[in-house]
Amino acid sequence: MSEKKKLQIALYWGAACGGCDVAVLDTDAFILDVAALADIRLWPIAVDGKYADVEALADGELDAAFFNGAVRNSENEHIARLLRQKSKVLVAFGSCAHLGGIPGLANFVTRDDIFRTAYLDNPSIEPGNRTVPVPSTPVNGHVLEIPKFYQRVYALDAVVPVDYYLPGCPPAPNQVKAAILAIATGNLPPRGSVVGASDRAVCEDCKREKSEKKISRFYRPWEIIQDPTKCLLEQGIVCLGPATRSGCGVRCPDTGQGCRGCYGPLPGVVDQGAKVVSSLASVIDSRDPEEIERILDAIPDFTAIAYRFGLPASLLQRRIRA
Amino acid sequence: MSFEPRIVGFLCNWCSYTGADLAGTSRIHYPANIHIIRVMCSARIDPTFVLWALAEGADGVLVCGCHPGDCHYTDGNYKTMRRFPLLKRLLHAYGVEDERVRLEWVSASEGQRFADVVTDMTERIRPLGPCRIRPGLQADMAER
Repeated sequence: MSEKKKLQIALYWGAACGGCDVAVLDTDAFILDVAALADIRLWPIAVDGKYADVEALADGELDAAFFNGAVRNSENEHIARLLRQKSKVLVAFGSCAHLGGIPGLANFVTRDDIFRTAYLDNPSIEPGNRTVPVPSTPVNGHVLEIPKFYQRVYALDAVVPVDYYLPGCPPAPNQVKAAILAIATGNLPPRGSVVGASDRAVCEDCKREKSEKKISRFYRPWEIIQDPTKCLLEQGIVCLGPATRSGCGVRCPDTGQGCRGCYGPLPGVVDQGAKVVSSLASVIDSRDPEEIERILDAIPDFTAIAYRFGLPASLLQRRIRA
Repeated sequence: MSFEPRIVGFLCNWCSYTGADLAGTSRIHYPANIHIIRVMCSARIDPTFVLWALAEGADGVLVCGCHPGDCHYTDGNYKTMRRFPLLKRLLHAYGVEDERVRLEWVSASEGQRFADVVTDMTERIRPLGPCRIRPGLQADMAER
């Protein structure tokens, strides 16, 4: 029998913070098993593979590609298409690739707003400074080009077909490990599945006691002495547990923070934000429209809470542009 | 040809749908722009339905339920009353004009009121023109 060929894998970050790459390293000593098990052909944060090396591969030569981060610019899209072409399995790794993630909140503003804030109107910019990036710059007879910044953020599957979704911001290390082992052993669920997560809501795995929810005001976590055994929503702390898929290990509620919703909507739910509206509004104990408005005003930046991780994959996806 | 808004109306079975029925049997005229979907209670109207209607090309969405205190299921319309302001905050962030999505309480005896609400809503949406969500999402595909 011939010697078993090592797994060929690639990891890439699109519009991401780098936390997903850290989540891979958070598998601790297992990362050494990965190195023994697999050849890592591209991983910009950790190994020396270049885009040209990936371009030189045969189609389907990679066994798996893990794409974290959203698609924000033409470079992200180029690598998404490249990895799709070169890899047998493409995994949307983490909230940003899965649903658009936190960078996806940029879909509530326009590209011009972002440009203005980053390069022109920011208080930390020297007055009068107009150093701005341009698509191409001639230098010593060469032309340097930067990627095109798109009008909006996309989830990975808006650009290329995705085989598996591994949710989380970032995915829990045990789930990362399980996903890598599943690919190594070929023990894979049907394509298109969400892996490394359950089909239940976070509340079902949360150990806090739950009874009827009736609150007369919302609190920020620091505004209240918490009862560590009682449901956070019942104490008036915003928690997205009822509207969020479990699988994370209930890490946030266990430490006294409301669920932030990073594992995305439950199976069958098309718009997580709409479910957040239902679940948060339903706990309010008031029948007076004005009082309801006052209670809701205590939730800061509600739209960003409702769509913290999933705006580009929601029903309306972005703000209407003029 | 002038623009005619397409409005989706979600009406609760017990009050508002019966109210709309009364408008019909009383031969009260109101714009044909509204397309009515009967639901058992205004609380059945998941905010998803409203977003979905807009994403699919509706120019407006009207939600009608029993007056507060009159709910057939005791407190279904109070749940709607609490959800609606949060839903409006989302819609505001999406840039959907305030006039396009509306909550009204219409009882079974208020046929005239139902007709007035639909007339008023249609007149307010018409000058806004078509909702730009759907064409916007189609244009995104062309960006890349």
